Amino acid sequence: MTALSDILHLLVTANLWQATLAAAVLLLLPALGGVVSERSGVVNIAMEGMMLTGAFFAVVADLALHNPWLATGVAMLAGALMASVHAIVSIRFRADQIVSGIAINIFAAGLTVFLINRIYGLQDVGHVTQSELLPDIKVPALDQLPFIGQVVFQQNVIVYVALVLLVLTHVVLFQTRLGLRIRAVGEHPMAADTAGINVYLIRYGAVITSGLLSGLSGAFLAIGVANTFVPNMTDGRGYIALAAMIFGKWTPFGAFIACLIFALGEAIYANNSIIHISQYLLSMLPYLITLIVLAGLVGRSIPPAADGLPYVPGSE
Amino acid sequence: MSEAPLAVEMRGIVKRFPGVLANDHVDFSVRTGEIHALVGENGAGKSTLMNILYGLLHPDSGEIVIDGKTVHMAGPREAISLGIGMVHQHFMLIPVFSVGENIMLGREPVTGPDFFDRRRARAAIEDLTKRYGLALDPDARMGDLPVGLQQRAEIVKVLYRGASILILDEPTGVLTPQESKELFSVLRDLVKVGKTIIFISHKLKEVLEISDRITVMRRGKVVGHLITKDTNEEEIATLMVGREVLLRVDKKPAKPGGVAMKVEDLTASSDRGVPALKGVSFELRYAEILGIAGVEGNGQSELMEVLAGIRRATGGRVLLADRDITTMDANTERDAGVAFIPEDRRGTGLVLAFSIAENSILGRERTAKFSWNEFVLKLVAIRDWARRLVKDFDIRTPSIDVAARNLSGGNQQKVIVAREMGGNPKVLLAAQPTRGVDIGAIEFIHRQIVKERDEGAAVLLVSAELDEVRSLSDRIAVMYEGRIVSIESPDTPEERLGLLMTGGGTRAGAA
Repeated sequence: MTALSDILHLLVTANLWQATLAAAVLLLLPALGGVVSERSGVVNIAMEGMMLTGAFFAVVADLALHNPWLATGVAMLAGALMASVHAIVSIRFRADQIVSGIAINIFAAGLTVFLINRIYGLQDVGHVTQSELLPDIKVPALDQLPFIGQVVFQQNVIVYVALVLLVLTHVVLFQTRLGLRIRAVGEHPMAADTAGINVYLIRYGAVITSGLLSGLSGAFLAIGVANTFVPNMTDGRGYIALAAMIFGKWTPFGAFIACLIFALGEAIYANNSIIHISQYLLSMLPYLITLIVLAGLVGRSIPPAADGLPYVPGSE
Repeated sequence: MSEAPLAVEMRGIVKRFPGVLANDHVDFSVRTGEIHALVGENGAGKSTLMNILYGLLHPDSGEIVIDGKTVHMAGPREAISLGIGMVHQHFMLIPVFSVGENIMLGREPVTGPDFFDRRRARAAIEDLTKRYGLALDPDARMGDLPVGLQQRAEIVKVLYRGASILILDEPTGVLTPQESKELFSVLRDLVKVGKTIIFISHKLKEVLEISDRITVMRRGKVVGHLITKDTNEEEIATLMVGREVLLRVDKKPAKPGGVAMKVEDLTASSDRGVPALKGVSFELRYAEILGIAGVEGNGQSELMEVLAGIRRATGGRVLLADRDITTMDANTERDAGVAFIPEDRRGTGLVLAFSIAENSILGRERTAKFSWNEFVLKLVAIRDWARRLVKDFDIRTPSIDVAARNLSGGNQQKVIVAREMGGNPKVLLAAQPTRGVDIGAIEFIHRQIVKERDEGAAVLLVSAELDEVRSLSDRIAVMYEGRIVSIESPDTPEERLGLLMTGGGTRAGAA
């Protein structure tokens, strides 16, 4: 019973929710990318690899250029580059998109370790100095609000960016011509093609967007939350983002809610010093929730009809 | 009519696919303001030609002239801008989108930076539907509409893009007779306002009813240009198939033998668990064809499945000669001499990824003919068998190693028919044996079914086509709501059968 009351105590602290939101954003960015990519009909499980690549290049660029903004840009480009590999393989060459995604994830893990050795030899990657990290920003006045102030308005700059991107993705997908076309391509590419829409262009754009967003998340992780790169530092977040996307029924806000749930588990684990549950059990929490979601126990969600199917003009 | 200028002229179109010459120097022209039918069997190259006209496929050679100008079709965009619209056989509609979104897709009205303007979309659709008398609710979800209205949405979609030349690929294939009538009146109205219509079909009655001129294709070539009012079904069918075709089944009177199968008070449930058979009884005799007439969904499918051993009966008995086979599975039944042509050839009848040879022994792979000790396949024997079936049943294929997936619908069906009839069954259960199959193959399958009967087999036939049931059967059982309501002779007038099929008959059934 003490464990339960410990958790209840924890749940009313602003610290916990502040950490939850930050952790959720790490998942939200690749999840949004996944939503865009899969809405266009390209299954994307390569967020993990794109994020890891982004994290690595963020640190490399920041150490070299001493500018977190430029470093973030480099990270996004790196993510986009990985994404375009996935795009070419699965759109142009019509390869199995799951296999391509797994290949990219494994490739990214190997590439980053290889590059560490090439660039830094046997030493550490090195640490980014405090002044060259992505800054935390307190929103004047609003940050003084009780509870909400600390949770929402004392966050890293990327958190605000991500929340804007969340709304933007939703509006683009469901209110604009572009969004209508992305969804049409993901539901029935031949219908879109016969209506004069360039299926390939839309799909390339959507997959590369997912790379940009995953790269951004990697930058946030490496030079926002942490200050260095360690091998495999994304720690499965790309996969959890994938689960969040499915849990959220391929919608931006649905994915966001799923990210918050997963992030809450992670934040509780991070605060385990003040509650008395085995930390090993707690560390399983986000993954356990992921499994439950993927098994379809929390409402069945229906993917876009043409998700994962390469488009061959003139055939359905 | 003859002075009308040409809306479309395609000259010397050649299109080659791996192993097939789909279009072989095709010349095709359509006059402005006419309904032009393009007919031919499946695989004759009609759809290929139209996909080329619509820019979805690119010809290897040949030229396309639209309204007097030679054009290059890089893609559907060019075709649309030249006023060509296509209603595909399989609708190009997105079920989860609204009717309005579907119609607007690709030419969406936009407000502000890039916002989809629903208000203007709705106004544009209302304007179109009013102008052409094609009522549609723009806010309805496409997937919720009946097929007839979905097709109407496709036509409005094409008109919205400013099409003056409409291509309709097998538009009536999915429609009920009533919906087809409505479609025809829509097409006539469209021609009145100056549209040109290309109507692809292999249903000859319709072609004669709706078209002004007809172009006939066979195996990639144009084999005839006809003027509708000067031709008839037989002439078109002969051109399509390349030889004279019997549109009527030629058969001698049946000489029924003893009872082959006896069904007593059979009951069964549908997939949804609702009673589908509510006490079906009949006797099927050797050397006769018993046809089951009925509107689809009145228990015919379930009856065939129970008899074939792939659905469990909830009550009643099925006797094969004197042996109770009610609870037997498909394998045991097959061994007992019951053959089954299922209605869903792609899902149940064939393994699409398997070759013709492999498909030709499905379910018979354990027999001594095709394996040693039910374990090691006798590959040579299997290949010989498959070659014989291909020859005897006129399956058109380059080899027996071709995957079933790559055969035309008619040839897929022939593979099943060949497999099921090749084993000289005592009882043949044929469910929709010619659905989606073209004339030449229909004629062939009909002859094979009659031949089975003449060789002494008992044939139970289910078909949604009343014409087919009437022309093939020696007796007709009418099914309605899970019961056989009457057994009639094959010369019973269509009106009476129609009445019985909808629950209208009064006379008690008598064999």
